[in-house]
Amino acid sequence: MSFYDQQTQTIPTGFNKILAYHWALTLLIISASAIGFLMLFSVADGDINRWAQPQMIRFALGMIVMTIMAFIPISTYRSLSFLVYLIALALLVVVDFMGDASKGAQRWIDLGFIRLQPSELMKVALVMVLALYYSWLDRDRVSKPQWLLPPLILTFIPMALVLRQPDLGTAMLLFAGAAVVMFMAGVSWWYFATGASAAAGLVFAVLYSKGQSWQLLKDYQYKRIATFLDPSNDPLGAGYHITQSKIALGSGGISGRGFMQGTQGRLNFLPEKHTDFIFTTLAEEFGFAGGMTLLLIYGLIVMFCVVSAISNNNRYGALVTLGVSATFFFYFAVNMSMVMGMAPVVGVPLPLVSYGGSAMLVLLAGFGLVQSAHIHRPR
Amino acid sequence: MRRSEKEKNKNISRRAFIFLSAQVGFMGLLGYRMRQLGVEQSQQFRLLAEENRISMQLVPPARGLIYDRKGKPVAINEPLYRIQMIREQAIEPERILRRLAEIIPLSDDQMNQVLKAARERRPWVPVTVTENLNWAQVSAVAANTPSLPGITPIVGTYRKYPYPQEYCHIVGYVGPVSDYDLSKIEDDDPLLRIPRFQIGKNGVETRAEHDLRGKAEIKRIEVNAVGRVMRQIDSKAGEPGKNLQLTVDTDLQRIALERISDKSAGVVLMDVNNGDILALASAPTFDPNKFVTGISVADWKALNANEYRPLANKTVSGTYPPGSTYKMVVALAALEAGVIDAKEQIRCRGSIEVYGSKFHCWRRGGHGKVNLIRSLRESCDVYFYEIAERVGIENISAMARKLGLGTRHALPLTAIREGLAPTKEWKRRVKGEDWVIGDTLNAGIGQGFTLASPLQLAIMAARIATGTAIDPRLINSVGEAGWPIKGNTPLDINPEHLALVRQGMFEVVNSSRGTARGSKIPVKGMEMAGKTGTSQVRRITKAERASGVVRNEDLPWKRRDHALFVAFAPYDNPKYAVAVIVEHGGGGSKVAAPIARDVMRAALESTDTGYGNLPSQKRRTGDPDEQSPQTPIKPRNRA
Repeated sequence: MSFYDQQTQTIPTGFNKILAYHWALTLLIISASAIGFLMLFSVADGDINRWAQPQMIRFALGMIVMTIMAFIPISTYRSLSFLVYLIALALLVVVDFMGDASKGAQRWIDLGFIRLQPSELMKVALVMVLALYYSWLDRDRVSKPQWLLPPLILTFIPMALVLRQPDLGTAMLLFAGAAVVMFMAGVSWWYFATGASAAAGLVFAVLYSKGQSWQLLKDYQYKRIATFLDPSNDPLGAGYHITQSKIALGSGGISGRGFMQGTQGRLNFLPEKHTDFIFTTLAEEFGFAGGMTLLLIYGLIVMFCVVSAISNNNRYGALVTLGVSATFFFYFAVNMSMVMGMAPVVGVPLPLVSYGGSAMLVLLAGFGLVQSAHIHRPR
Repeated sequence: MRRSEKEKNKNISRRAFIFLSAQVGFMGLLGYRMRQLGVEQSQQFRLLAEENRISMQLVPPARGLIYDRKGKPVAINEPLYRIQMIREQAIEPERILRRLAEIIPLSDDQMNQVLKAARERRPWVPVTVTENLNWAQVSAVAANTPSLPGITPIVGTYRKYPYPQEYCHIVGYVGPVSDYDLSKIEDDDPLLRIPRFQIGKNGVETRAEHDLRGKAEIKRIEVNAVGRVMRQIDSKAGEPGKNLQLTVDTDLQRIALERISDKSAGVVLMDVNNGDILALASAPTFDPNKFVTGISVADWKALNANEYRPLANKTVSGTYPPGSTYKMVVALAALEAGVIDAKEQIRCRGSIEVYGSKFHCWRRGGHGKVNLIRSLRESCDVYFYEIAERVGIENISAMARKLGLGTRHALPLTAIREGLAPTKEWKRRVKGEDWVIGDTLNAGIGQGFTLASPLQLAIMAARIATGTAIDPRLINSVGEAGWPIKGNTPLDINPEHLALVRQGMFEVVNSSRGTARGSKIPVKGMEMAGKTGTSQVRRITKAERASGVVRNEDLPWKRRDHALFVAFAPYDNPKYAVAVIVEHGGGGSKVAAPIARDVMRAALESTDTGYGNLPSQKRRTGDPDEQSPQTPIKPRNRA
């Protein structure tokens, strides 16, 4: 017996659901995606068929999924959480072990209309299953070590599968999303403090061990770290991406060079100009102002989610909302840090803007959960 | 015991708020970083983006042409036709090349090389298929371009010298710019960075490089990351090189060359009134055209092995002891110093002894009593030993410099040597020894340390003839601008003394006892005044002296005397000065003087020594396609 059952009376039904729908959040999602369409049109040098149109079609599909999901009661998702997690895990195993090894790392399953990346799906599935766990778990047991073990196992299994691909960026995003849900659920500060100091100690040990007899990483790995710290050391090799990316960002100035006037992307100086590095074209063509606008939209999306979670008395719904918004936050925080030379290049797309189907679809499905939690929140 | 729902949500709210603050904080950091890159360092990044994007394309200008005095072109740009292929336009390069081979000669080997080169490059980079085609071949290709996609005939130019023998030492030649050139010359002209761009390597081509080269048309083009040209942004018009007109008269130059063709010799013919160099001949010659296309190793070795040194321009780069041609300098120095006058006679007994050393006159038996005029006429050495000792080396060398010896003349030629008018200070500095009286005596007859080039000797003759400090001139005009005449101001020498020396020179040629009496010009109004010189390149050994004089002809070529002659004419109204040196040629009177006479006579008899008109440079620039290299020939329309 849970608190959820006692609260059903205050949940809106029928037409009231539409009134309770988070319209502001929807509008912000549409704005961010619209910026994405513009930029995809621009980097394709005015060719709408190349990236912008397919992206619009996927976005429309995603919006339908989000809207349908929004009106299904959040309790349904709660009961499906573990199943979704298992499906995502199974798909991860499929791509890891059945994937065509000759083509190198294959991370997706071709569903015909979309290439589904199970690791993307897992980001939401993991949030769901952890929210389920903590909404079930007695509050007093949250910080007990033995009750900390199941969520950690639930997190580490998919992480290990993703690392095998290998995709360090996604693995870290999975971990960060899980950590946020655990933090929100009330796991003691001490665990986080200990974990953080252990991580810092490890980084220090890795850096300190360089040149020592017990060196922890291979030489080429240190070289990658050095290139990240100073890309101009290797301007045509690994540093090329980040140098060109900074040039594009910086050359935009305050108001940018104008729509379709950016040169770095159009002339192919930028790598991955339509996916991971699309933010640089935005900053080049619309300048500091354009970049800040997108950052503001993102910030508002995160803020609306957090506010919705705070006002939500349904523990599962609140945790899912926070988990999804945290995942969303990590996406853009890592991507922007990467293109601005503040983080290594790990291959994380800019949410809602970068070209790519499964990330967008999974994110919109995640926002469907947020909407559902918002509509069906007991107040 | 279970906590209340309120408390639970409070917990979530608090932690959510903490997390939200952290997120907002990090977004602030992202915003700050964005500001840093996009606002603070924006200028720098904008510049880097432009550098990425914009690339310069140079269209080389047409090199200025060089004309002779009469307007005959002596350095021209000939069209050079070649065929280019762009792989991506050819689509099937192999089939296209086979089709091309039906029109122009193209071997299978060449074809394979082209295909290999095309494959190795990016598909839009043009590859040269074949070079050195003639006009008929290239027009055939141009007419067939519709059926030869990707094939473009290109017209470039190469430098050609229509008078290779006459102008090899004056005009020089061009060649591809080398790393050595780049390290040596301070020139940031981007044209020099073009591979195989031709610059002057020698002679006027080098010295007038800046005027001849012109300025490139600079096209700013936008390129993408792999270097493909996207569009042209703008272009800055170029400027063709300026045309030059030399003062040299090709006909006189040819006469001078023919006269010395079998010798290792140099002839300078100069207008005494304006300094124009009418002929500057050095033999043997070489073919500068071979250097333009790249000289073969065999040819290069042959040129260097030749002991007559064909590559050297002996008129300016060769310096020789002037021998007796120096006697005018000594005479003028003595007259100006007042240590001798026209009447004073000095007894020549065949030799004099100074501090235990014997100095000989060329005439064993001596000349007897000799005054100034006679000393020049018969070239008495003892007379000049005596007056050289009286006047001193400093006065002699000062007079030499006044007359143009031992100083540098700024002609637009390479490897100009200064010669030497020695002083006591010079010997101490360079040789580390004190000047001795014997050195002065040797200088008195133009031997010892004294060195002069044929150009300097011609200038000396011109200055004596006119009494002005006339400077030589090799270029008459650069583009529209005339080259100034310099130095036609009186020399600071007593005209009476000059007249005396001139009279001595007149008698050298025209008196029955003159050393060059065999070379007089027997035409009224063309009388030549001159001075012979025979300069020793060897020291006469004691053994030779004991066994009597060894005949010059019996010595190996390298040890024979140099034959020299300087002259001006006509005597009454000087127009031209000439200087001749025949390396190891023997006696000046027998070998050098006849050459000087013939060249001088040709100059005096030539009816027209004025300047011819040049084709207007304006017309040349009007049709850039005609001259500028790298212009594709447009296919003709086939109706």
